[in-house]
Amino acid sequence: MSKLPITEADLHAWVDGQLPESRQAELEAYLAGQPGEAERLNAYRAQRNALRQHFNPVVDETLPARLRQLAEKPPVPVDPQKRPILERWSLQRIAAGLAIALLGGVAGWFGRGQYQAVDRMAQLTPLPRQAAVAHVVYSPDVKRPVEVTADQEDQLVKWLSKRLGTPVSPPKLGAIGYELIGGRLLPGNTGPVAQFMYHDSSGQRLTLYVSTEDTVDRDAGFRFAREGPVNVFYWVDGKFGYALSAGIDKGELARVATTVYDQLEHK
Amino acid sequence: MDSSAVLNELPRLRRYARALVRDRAAADDLVQDTLERAWSRITQWRPGSDLRAWLFGIMHNLRVDQLRRPGLNTLPMGDEGFEVPTRATQSDHLEVNDLEAALARLPEDQRVVLLLVALEEMSYEEIAGLLGIPVGTVMSRLSRGRERLRLILEGRPPSTNLRVVR
Repeated sequence: MSKLPITEADLHAWVDGQLPESRQAELEAYLAGQPGEAERLNAYRAQRNALRQHFNPVVDETLPARLRQLAEKPPVPVDPQKRPILERWSLQRIAAGLAIALLGGVAGWFGRGQYQAVDRMAQLTPLPRQAAVAHVVYSPDVKRPVEVTADQEDQLVKWLSKRLGTPVSPPKLGAIGYELIGGRLLPGNTGPVAQFMYHDSSGQRLTLYVSTEDTVDRDAGFRFAREGPVNVFYWVDGKFGYALSAGIDKGELARVATTVYDQLEHK
Repeated sequence: MDSSAVLNELPRLRRYARALVRDRAAADDLVQDTLERAWSRITQWRPGSDLRAWLFGIMHNLRVDQLRRPGLNTLPMGDEGFEVPTRATQSDHLEVNDLEAALARLPEDQRVVLLLVALEEMSYEEIAGLLGIPVGTVMSRLSRGRERLRLILEGRPPSTNLRVVR
């Protein structure tokens, strides 16, 4: 029997049944003397089984029609150059092309004022990303999470309203278990924005980012974004862009977002 | 490559995509993109070679491109996110979601190797070929991925991304 040293790779090969038959007994003898290792490898085996058990049912699902169709060889030959010219330029396609060109022209005319704005906005950091970054930077801070704390809420409101040039105030989320910690002023893309921070009884923090900067989607509905461990709900309401960020699951965050939205709506 | 051969691989591609990206619709989108790219590159396919490996390779490259793309993955919201539960239902699917959530917390390169080993039962050499990395790298990703997953599932999370600052 070979007496090669037993490596981590051998252990995984054993878990996966990829170890050569000749070394099987050797490895099992090794594990018999290493209960800790045996336990670890059993956990890996359990992972394997759990993954299979969990994902194998996908194999038996009915295939979505769009995928089934795509599995068919495409009706058009792969090399379009080899096809007769008339087929390539069927009347239907010509008509479709003309319609697209016409629509494009019309849209272009009506949209002519928009281009500069869209182009400029593309340079800027989108609202949910700004909010997520601000959340990640400030929410883990134990000693100085905010600039002005909730016990000076009046001053906080007055200050932020003055700096943003429009009245802003933190919604009250006590009814759903989140208390205001305070807030701070932050630099946005072109000027000041505000961040309010809340926490629940377990210390879980969430931040509400309020921006009055130009937003591309005016009055956009709720949108959801994920930035690493941070989930963000954001929406635009009139001149305000709001983004609610937290490391909590989407459903819970949606519940808070709904409350925030309702309060701001009925202010 | 004929249609029935591709059709045979579809369920496995879907299973892998689902495990990899978690979101059902996003997973099927990835499979769809894979099929479209496969047909558009059909001339690169060598008849008689391993169709599954070829398709998985295409999917892998698409996924890498996808992750490199800057910007947030923004999902339009359906209504289901806004239902306020009348009782705590979070634990109903706890075990199932635990596994998916734990898997989602692995770095992508470790998750990939783990899934190809566990679900596809590929050999380490096949995986190395598919990903274009040495077998040693496959082994170290597998080893780190398994250990990390074990710690997460046992409720002993390895270091998280958000550290407490004092």
